[in-house]
Amino acid sequence: MTQPIGAGAGAVGGPAAPAPAAPSSPAEPVGGRRRTARRRHTSGVSGWIALLWLAPALALVLGVVVWPAVELVRASLSRYSITGLRKGDAGLDNFRNVLANDSLTTVLTNTVVWVVAVVALTILISLGVAQFLTKEFWGRRIVRWAVIVPWAASLVITARLFSLIYSYYYGTLNAVLLKLHVIDTPIDFIGSDRLIMPSMIVVGVFVSIPFTAYVFVAGLNAIPGDVYEAARIDGASAWQTWRQITLPLLRPAILVATVLNMIYVFNSFPIIYTLNESNPGFGHDTTITFMYKLAFKSAEKDVGQSAAAGLFNVCLILVAVLVYLRVSSWREEES
Amino acid sequence: MSSTSTGLPAAPTVRRPRPGGWRGVRPWVMPIIGLVVAFAFLWPYLVMLLDAFRPSSDVVKTPPSLLPEQWKWTTFSEVLGDERFLAWLKSSLVISLSSTAIVVVVAIPAAYFTARFRFRGRMAFLFLVLVTQMFAPTSLVVGIYREFYALTLVDTYQALILTNAAFNLAFAIWILHGFFASIPREIEEAAELDGAGRLGRLWRVMLPLTLPGLVTATIFTFIAAWNEYVVALTLMLSDDKKPLTVGINSYVTGYEQNWDQLFAASIVAIVPVVVLFAVIEKHLVGGLTSGAVK
Repeated sequence: MTQPIGAGAGAVGGPAAPAPAAPSSPAEPVGGRRRTARRRHTSGVSGWIALLWLAPALALVLGVVVWPAVELVRASLSRYSITGLRKGDAGLDNFRNVLANDSLTTVLTNTVVWVVAVVALTILISLGVAQFLTKEFWGRRIVRWAVIVPWAASLVITARLFSLIYSYYYGTLNAVLLKLHVIDTPIDFIGSDRLIMPSMIVVGVFVSIPFTAYVFVAGLNAIPGDVYEAARIDGASAWQTWRQITLPLLRPAILVATVLNMIYVFNSFPIIYTLNESNPGFGHDTTITFMYKLAFKSAEKDVGQSAAAGLFNVCLILVAVLVYLRVSSWREEES
Repeated sequence: MSSTSTGLPAAPTVRRPRPGGWRGVRPWVMPIIGLVVAFAFLWPYLVMLLDAFRPSSDVVKTPPSLLPEQWKWTTFSEVLGDERFLAWLKSSLVISLSSTAIVVVVAIPAAYFTARFRFRGRMAFLFLVLVTQMFAPTSLVVGIYREFYALTLVDTYQALILTNAAFNLAFAIWILHGFFASIPREIEEAAELDGAGRLGRLWRVMLPLTLPGLVTATIFTFIAAWNEYVVALTLMLSDDKKPLTVGINSYVTGYEQNWDQLFAASIVAIVPVVVLFAVIEKHLVGGLTSGAVK
């Protein structure tokens, strides 16, 4: 839904899911202080009954998430023919080959630039958009609907659309800029080595804002009005109010939005895959498209190497999210 | 928040906007800013709409023109009459509706049970769900392909239905978990005294109370499945089984260039989702709040 990049779909690509918000929160509402009072309900359940209620969910997760993950690990340790037939054990050769790939440094740099730029810009712009969307004005409903559209549209459609809008020969963007006399000659937004990354980042931010802004709208709505009333009576300026009241109270929402956007943007596939289609090699790929091309598009069609790269990806995003949570002292926030 | 008052005058006066200043122009300025914001998010799709109403040769010509030089009104009827398009539409509907149904049926008991009862392995289960959320199908696509290859389910609806259901389950469980946990236990205990069994309580008492969460989870799942691309791109080989996201790309390939049809088809794919989103816009804010932004 994600489809902020991930959304993916979501978002960017994938499901737009605020789910993994707080690793420890699910336990909180039921557990802790309430436990003693609820003992009758909380302790009388045997594991077998629990299994009965959870079985369908467990089956689905084990069958379609865990199994592929295991397959991925197995594949990363195997040798494959170009048609995808398993030819035997490869030990750690696939990992060595990925690490030895000439493009790896470029791909990793691209990934860092892509994730950091898109997430940072998305959060900043969404803060402004969300502030605006929570104000009362005529037509707000319609503006909110308009903001939803890039979220609702499939990423691959938006990416395809932008590949035309950016086009050197037929692009609307060049037509507008020429007409406004901002430029004299058309710009090759996605063919130029210098401009393609910024161009892709713009699209990434564009599709990530709606979901993020909505998370912030929810966060802003949750701030009680009397806090602002008190600040107003104290004579705080608009900037002081925002800096010292809104921002601290919005912190949980910002954490959630940042973590989810990191996951979506990192896993984002269609934008880079589509806009970068006409460029050969791995020069502008992120680790996700790099992995995909290794298995399905490169000359070697190497499933084993691609699986190894996929495992790197999974570890990379886990580490990135953990580091972010540590840096923003999540645990203190929770307590 | 002790720092709030530092540096402020000792006897604060309530600030009033100057008459005729911001207060006077606000009713006009805000909607105009609103128009600009709306345009900022809509303009690419307006370009798309215009491109759907001109011949493909007019879309890709140098120099480009903003407005169509020739209008073409038949694109939508061409697309809606195209058997390929109808097949993709059907695939999208079958896959999205089925996976949404599975998610709802599977997520409700899991979310209800973990929100209401404590048992051994509860945290392990919730942790597993959380980890699922971190894995986009994209990063596992090679593993997914190999699994369904082993099951000889490549190029079937079942494969995509299961994948979409599994990867959206975490979000649904999380949202519903939050809603179930927020319902006072007394309500359920009252129903218990009235003789309702556990399933009866869930069905008749709890579900109606979690309706906003259920609607949010359902629509989110549907949209995510409707827009899924990478797994469909990898698993669906025969043209008539592809969902819209993958299928419509064959309007513009090395062999044929029907930009107008590509964009008309895209609009047909986007409109239902925007409508669904607009329907739950109110719930969207509430659902996100109770699910995550506590």
